[in-house]
Amino acid sequence: MSNMVKLTINETAVEAPAGTLLIDAAKLAGIEIPAFCYYEGMSLQAACRMCLVEIEKAPKLMAACVVPVAEGMIVRTESPAVVKARKTTLEFLLTNHPLDCPVCDKGGECELQDMVFKYGAGESRFTEVKQHVPEKQWSPVVFYDGPRCILCYRCVRVCNEGMGVGALGIVNRGVAAEIAPSHGDHLECDECGSCIDICPVGALTSGAYRYKTRPWEMEHVGTICTHCSNGCKTTLGVRNNEIVRGNNRDRSGVNGEFLCVKGRYAFDFNHHPERLQTPLLRVNGKLEEVSWSRALQAVVEKFKAGGKAGVVGSTRIANEEAYLLQKFARTVLKTNNIDHHRSGDVVTLLDSLSGKTATLGTADDCYNAKAVLIVGADLSQQQPFLANQIRANHRHHKAGIYVATPGAVREDKIAKASARTADGNWLPAVESMAEKLKGEKELLVLFGDSVKGEGVRKLVAFGESLGIPVKYICLVDYANSRGAMDMGLLPDLGPGYHAVEGAPGLTLPQMMAATDLDLLWVVGANPLARHTLASSKAFVVVQDLFLTETAQRADVVLPAASAYEKNGTVTNVCGQVQRLKRGVETVGAKTDLNIIGLIARGMGVNLGKVDADAVFAEIQKTVRGYNVPLPVIVTGGAAQTMPVNGRVPSTVLPELIQSSRDTLFTTGTLTRYSKILNEVMEAPGGLYR
Amino acid sequence: MTFSPELEARFADLLTHYPPGRQRGALVPMLMYAQDEVGAVTPELMAELAKRLDVSVLQVDEVVGYYSMLHKKPQGKTHVQICTNVACMLRGGAELYDHACKKLGIGHKQTQASGVFSLEEVECIGACSWAPAIQLNYTFHHEVTTDKLDQLLEGLQ
Ligand code: SF4
Ligand code: SF4
Ligand code: SF4
Ligand code: FES
Ligand code: FES
Repeated sequence: MSNMVKLTINETAVEAPAGTLLIDAAKLAGIEIPAFCYYEGMSLQAACRMCLVEIEKAPKLMAACVVPVAEGMIVRTESPAVVKARKTTLEFLLTNHPLDCPVCDKGGECELQDMVFKYGAGESRFTEVKQHVPEKQWSPVVFYDGPRCILCYRCVRVCNEGMGVGALGIVNRGVAAEIAPSHGDHLECDECGSCIDICPVGALTSGAYRYKTRPWEMEHVGTICTHCSNGCKTTLGVRNNEIVRGNNRDRSGVNGEFLCVKGRYAFDFNHHPERLQTPLLRVNGKLEEVSWSRALQAVVEKFKAGGKAGVVGSTRIANEEAYLLQKFARTVLKTNNIDHHRSGDVVTLLDSLSGKTATLGTADDCYNAKAVLIVGADLSQQQPFLANQIRANHRHHKAGIYVATPGAVREDKIAKASARTADGNWLPAVESMAEKLKGEKELLVLFGDSVKGEGVRKLVAFGESLGIPVKYICLVDYANSRGAMDMGLLPDLGPGYHAVEGAPGLTLPQMMAATDLDLLWVVGANPLARHTLASSKAFVVVQDLFLTETAQRADVVLPAASAYEKNGTVTNVCGQVQRLKRGVETVGAKTDLNIIGLIARGMGVNLGKVDADAVFAEIQKTVRGYNVPLPVIVTGGAAQTMPVNGRVPSTVLPELIQSSRDTLFTTGTLTRYSKILNEVMEAPGGLYR
Repeated sequence: MTFSPELEARFADLLTHYPPGRQRGALVPMLMYAQDEVGAVTPELMAELAKRLDVSVLQVDEVVGYYSMLHKKPQGKTHVQICTNVACMLRGGAELYDHACKKLGIGHKQTQASGVFSLEEVECIGACSWAPAIQLNYTFHHEVTTDKLDQLLEGLQ
């Protein structure tokens, strides 16, 4: 493959590795060959004929998207015959195309519009009445307008190959050909919207976005999805301070253009009518709306009064906020009673990998590792982007996939070996694959919450025994689950997993069970959804977006900004730091960072400069592994961290680690407030048999 | 869904003609033979073959929609398919089709009340070299003129 082929394109000498498709070779040389059906990463289709070029000695025009380069090939991409063919192709594509661009969602970003503008004929010779069929709605989010469809098969391929769902097909033939959904008149699928995203024209449109705006009237804000731990970059389309669209067409970030249903649509919680916009204070037993200054004053008084305090942090707030929160707890409230909802045993993993290098897996590894072992996690449901990477790895690199899960999962279909685990006992299943695994060149292991404590050590020992390089990813639930641990929202470990000074504090369940707790400060979490608070005298301060179960028990509720309303950083499941960028604002809400700063000011304590950049600078200096190059994250990239390489003196029981087992359509409390997610819940199964 | 023993035997034999793992290739002949027995490609039939060949019902639907020899509804005793795609159109296919409409008193994808003839205007049936081409059930007829069509149809009344 490495031998280079010399050819000539438009009188320019071009060199490309053997096997390169002509269309890619031209691109390397800066020559554009227009294409609709050709799509990087998907199988070849050669359906649209837009890429026809002239090749000397070939009897007719050839499709550059399927012809590999050959030595001495002489290619012309702008000869009169090619130009004429393109015009004709476009004229054909427009035969029945409705030309309703002024009301089409895609107008302004439509590839067909662009092509006709650049290459097309301004006139059509067809005088017949255009064939019309009515638009169809296939799900709450997917609409199909047949007449606009140019039958490029992109949607079919992205659903089949990319998602592994296979919910779309092409039925009928000729002028009657159209895309059809899996279940007659409707879809049962991931509702990921990838088909809509990839459609070059306005044939597939999204229920969330359609007819809301013209594309050029939006601002585009690149930030990180706030739902699961995978840390997908999402570009929010913002209009009049409202998020109307989420996509990642520019392929920046770890995820390229991938987004699951939550990243693409579940930003709508942000505009939910129940968003808190005014602080609440309990007066005579009832929560009443009060001013910020009155609410903060109440908090400051209680915080100053002291007593036994507990602090519960969030798996969704920014690193800066988590860092400042634990700093406040430890230096101002003088307590180690600080914790968060733990969903994966990262702590034991880091400890067992002590002294080893290059053993933490990344999202890139999911795509590049020669073999992947999945232990105890339904990836397609719980870690949608990592699952997508692994499917692509199998498709493009034929990676060996091994699955050890309690139930059937989508990855079984592409697996070299699958074994079912019983009662959380995954070891026999994994061991049954040992011989096959030894035959692989390298391995990436992803494991869920059934592997914890001693289990993690056993898994690492098993990895060692294979005699091949092995990397690990400990799966966690939420957007900043990993950051919450790295920043030290733990009773026994501070930032960077250093043992705390003094005795370890109470864990989350211990705080809930302590009958003598005087003060409970909950920042962006909802512990009372799972626990009851034993201490009836506890003064409860809650910072949240909504009046959650915990907020309802609070004495002071402070309305917090969402991740889409703040700057800062978050760390994904693989330990990659990325930047949040403020896209919108909710009147009345403040960022958690700001709130913590205001409380500190009210108490007259100095936490240093309270803004996201300043706190991140402090994190860079003090949290090991976070001294990442700023330009990488400032430009929207992901920087790998390695927060510790040494023994981690943890004292916490692994039993506390429990994933919420979210599906594709849920992530904790937040998604309850997403109208779209609640509408598409019809198929949370995921195998679509 | 159950088929006659003869058809089952035919299916079993068909599957041996494809390399391991590629049994789905047998879908087209299976659909055709099953259609002959069942009378049409019913939803039940599509689901059954999808199950047997481990493909989705939608994938079966894609195939059924593509081939003009496969029908989801029962056709007349003789199903008349007339190609009006480019090669045939240039050589009188469209006129042929208009003629058939008038003669049979039915239009595209319609069946006579008597059940004798059904008619369909089809895309290229791969007989362009002898255009205009038509198909009566599974039999091809080439270079058909209106006169020849009349004769053919009258012979089948
Ligand atoms: S929304 Fe996603 S899963 Fe559903 S049809 Fe489109 S690409 Fe397939
Ligand atoms: S719906 Fe869009 S992506 Fe799918 S075939 Fe039609 S034009 Fe292509
Ligand atoms: S995979 Fe996770 S991070 Fe990515 S879009 Fe979905 S919920 Fe968001
Ligand atoms: S891009 Fe080559 S045929 Fe569509
Ligand atoms: S065009 Fe009629 S058979 Fe090909």
